[in-house]
Amino acid sequence: MDRRGFIKSLKNLLGPAIAAMLAASVTQASAADKVVKVGVLHSLSGTMAISETVLKDVALMTFDEINAKGGVMGYKIEPVVVDPASNWPLFAEKARQLLTQDKVAAVFGCWTSVSRKSVLPVFEELNGLLFYPVQYEGEELSKNVFYTGAAPNQQAIPAVEYLMSKEGGGAKRFFLLGTDYVYPRTTNKILRAFLHSKGVDDKDIAEVYTPFSHTDYQTIVGNIKQFAAGGKTAVISTINGDSNVPFYKELGNQGLKATDVPVVAFSVGEEELRGVDTKPLVGHLAAWNYFMSLKNASNDDFKKEWAAYAKAKKLSSADKPLTNDPMEATYIGIHMWKQAVEKAHSFDVDKVIVAMAGQQFKAPSGFVAEMDSKNHHLHKPVFIGEVKSDGQFSVVWKTKGPIRAQPWSPFIPGNDKKKDEPEGKSKV
Amino acid sequence: MMRRLAWLIGAAMLMASAAPVAALDAAVVDRLVFGDGDEKSRAIDALVAEGDPRAERLLQALADENVQTAGQRVLIVNGDAAIDAVTGAAVAPLPADRDDVVVNNRLRRELSAALAAFKLTAPSRDVRLSAARQLADSADAAMLPLIKRALGSEQDVAVRSSLESIAATLELHADDRNVRLAAIRRLGQSSSGNAKTLLLGLLERTPAGTYVETDEEVRSAAQSGLRAVDNRLAWGERVGLLFAGVSLGSILLLAALGLAITYGLMGVINMAHGELIMVGAYATYVVQSFFRSHLPQWFDFYLLLGMPAAFVAAALVGMALERAVIRFLYGRPLETLLATWGISLVLIQAVRSIFGAQNVQVENPAFMSGGIELLANVVLPWNRIVIIFFAAAVLIAMGLLLSRTRLGLFVRGVTQNRAMAACVGVPTRRVDTWAFGLGSGIAGLAGCALSQIGNVGPDLGQSYIVDSFMVVVLGGVGQLAGTVYAAIGLGFANKLLESWSGAVLAKIAVLIFIIVFIQKRPQGLFALKGRAVDA
Repeated sequence: MDRRGFIKSLKNLLGPAIAAMLAASVTQASAADKVVKVGVLHSLSGTMAISETVLKDVALMTFDEINAKGGVMGYKIEPVVVDPASNWPLFAEKARQLLTQDKVAAVFGCWTSVSRKSVLPVFEELNGLLFYPVQYEGEELSKNVFYTGAAPNQQAIPAVEYLMSKEGGGAKRFFLLGTDYVYPRTTNKILRAFLHSKGVDDKDIAEVYTPFSHTDYQTIVGNIKQFAAGGKTAVISTINGDSNVPFYKELGNQGLKATDVPVVAFSVGEEELRGVDTKPLVGHLAAWNYFMSLKNASNDDFKKEWAAYAKAKKLSSADKPLTNDPMEATYIGIHMWKQAVEKAHSFDVDKVIVAMAGQQFKAPSGFVAEMDSKNHHLHKPVFIGEVKSDGQFSVVWKTKGPIRAQPWSPFIPGNDKKKDEPEGKSKV
Repeated sequence: MMRRLAWLIGAAMLMASAAPVAALDAAVVDRLVFGDGDEKSRAIDALVAEGDPRAERLLQALADENVQTAGQRVLIVNGDAAIDAVTGAAVAPLPADRDDVVVNNRLRRELSAALAAFKLTAPSRDVRLSAARQLADSADAAMLPLIKRALGSEQDVAVRSSLESIAATLELHADDRNVRLAAIRRLGQSSSGNAKTLLLGLLERTPAGTYVETDEEVRSAAQSGLRAVDNRLAWGERVGLLFAGVSLGSILLLAALGLAITYGLMGVINMAHGELIMVGAYATYVVQSFFRSHLPQWFDFYLLLGMPAAFVAAALVGMALERAVIRFLYGRPLETLLATWGISLVLIQAVRSIFGAQNVQVENPAFMSGGIELLANVVLPWNRIVIIFFAAAVLIAMGLLLSRTRLGLFVRGVTQNRAMAACVGVPTRRVDTWAFGLGSGIAGLAGCALSQIGNVGPDLGQSYIVDSFMVVVLGGVGQLAGTVYAAIGLGFANKLLESWSGAVLAKIAVLIFIIVFIQKRPQGLFALKGRAVDA
């Protein structure tokens, strides 16, 4: 029997009491040299590297910032960075390595939902703590995960409502285009139900998927044009990763303008548009909880800190430092974890989970982000931005204030019976 | 008194420049900048009705996102200089706390229509034509008098025809029934998606199932117009599909041509072929970066140097590969397969270490952006057109090389009968190296072309290796013509299936087709006849 199997069977035999003791001994061990290890689990290569690499960098920046101010409860943060290489099973392996070998107190990572689904059983089995910084499809609630990105009602639904409004162009037909995996499929299922509730028929909704790393969008852009001839159309894109670059290139080359058929994207931010010629894309939309172009004091600080960090570490992005929504969510997540640890006076996962409830942080979005007291999601404001010629977004619509997340979308039947709180949370 | 004098002088100066005198209505400008969506829209209509060049300047600045506000003042900012939008007076120094005026899609659409309306009476025919084209999809009812006026004075046939269809879209809901019927007939001759949308609108039903439009004759005219438009749109679609098929075929051809030499002619199963493509793409990237930093004025021509660089880089890597590894493994396909696969991993990792794991950005030169509009709903992108011609050129060059040159003769000789070729004095070993270098170099050219349409990253080759082998195996080993037919055929099959069943299923269907095909015809589409096969 190998070591991993041995630990697993030991746990099954002796139950969680041993696990808690093990966790406690970990804390004591790291207390001796006053260092706490945390994991960073982002793809640094492969199709998702375009989006995830900066999240690793912004996490390291935030650790530096916290360390410079005395660390967490006096402990210096020591990051353990691993590269799961856009390979979903590898995510689970690396997560297990972080939790069992490196014995990290918390992990910040994942972008695609398929990677999160892949690591979820590992975190639940080993009682780890994952901070997930990206908007996602909902339909999940684990006591071991804190979701600092948006749930569908904090991104997708407001965006579609905007498209249907007079200001947004009054779209009557919708072309749902996504990468073929769980996030786009679930989001589109929710959106279809939402559109039905607004009186849009199935004949006015098209749903198209492409594989990861797809590069040939000729036919699809042609199909969009054809579909748009049937009435005022908007495209809702859940394309993820580096496929976005050829998609937007093809849109520009085929002359599909935002004033005719606007494309609203849920996974395209400032970073993904880097290096794309954005002049033909002016007016296409993105919905996020943060944009780099927001004007407020905390965003100015955040941008300055990032620019200085990128320059100091000679990152390839240093000549044009960009910030985006998942970076902000990573930043919020790390700070909230620090606050929760200090409130709990412990790195123990169960205690930190309890202390996370109701944590507040002045976010770069200009609003105070608050961790919900029950459902592990943040209360966040929603912004809808249009691409400008310089690759930034100008905000054309926003909510009055932060809104509460609904991880179980009311537009999926059966969800009304689900509990708005993860199972198995201990009441310490 | 002084102010009045200044005003008079200003007015006199304006009159001297033969422009309408009235200053812009401050209230209208105020609504344009600070109002909500509807107010902005009405303000644009009002400004268009004024027809003042200063109104045009303001709208143009707003469309270019050059309008800013400082408190209640509206400024047109151009670099460090600014003028007041209402009075036209220069503003210096610039106020510090300026805000951009946010332009959303709705506003942008109305602005471009308004600006086009201003240009309808421009002296240049080309400006008028492009303005009329632009208005085709975005004109609103308020512009009808303006368009009628333009029609009255327009002499040019093309511009007239454009204007007439715009007028038709606006008269679709006129009060006079005959005007409406004429408008519908005019729309029926159009081939734009917009015309279809408008005609569909006439055939809309209420939830109860009755038509919104009560006039029977209008409905039937709309119905027949819609059929005609649909027909033309369907043609556009077919042309688009044809082009997409040829384009994908040309890309597959480029990726597979090099393999047709190394695998087809030499019998080496080169799993590192995809990585040679990747080397070519990175060579293009390096040349592009060099041009950007050292010769920015020549940036548009970087491909002229990028192509030979990609060829040479990939050919050198290929020849080194052949000298160091493959020449010891001729005739042992399994070992070659494993060795080259290992090399492909080494190459990927090497590129990752040198250039980083993230994709690098290769920008299209300006002449390869955008496209030509063939029909109203078909735009052929320049980068794909260029690649189609490029693939054809590479194919012809390679065909000539193999059939007309001494090296080509040697390569064919060695392929057909190595021992006999050696007997008559062909240096077979050296020919192997040169031929492998040639195949690799063509893979490099493919990489150069691919960098113009897709992402350039260390994994680039992985997505093309399977496709390349598919093309070569389907086409028949050892045959250039087969490679061409197979590439174009697969391109079409893929695109046809994709438009019918989506990209994911299309890929699967093509693979299944090839599996079945190879079962039935293991030698591929075209097979070498006679004894040569056993060589």
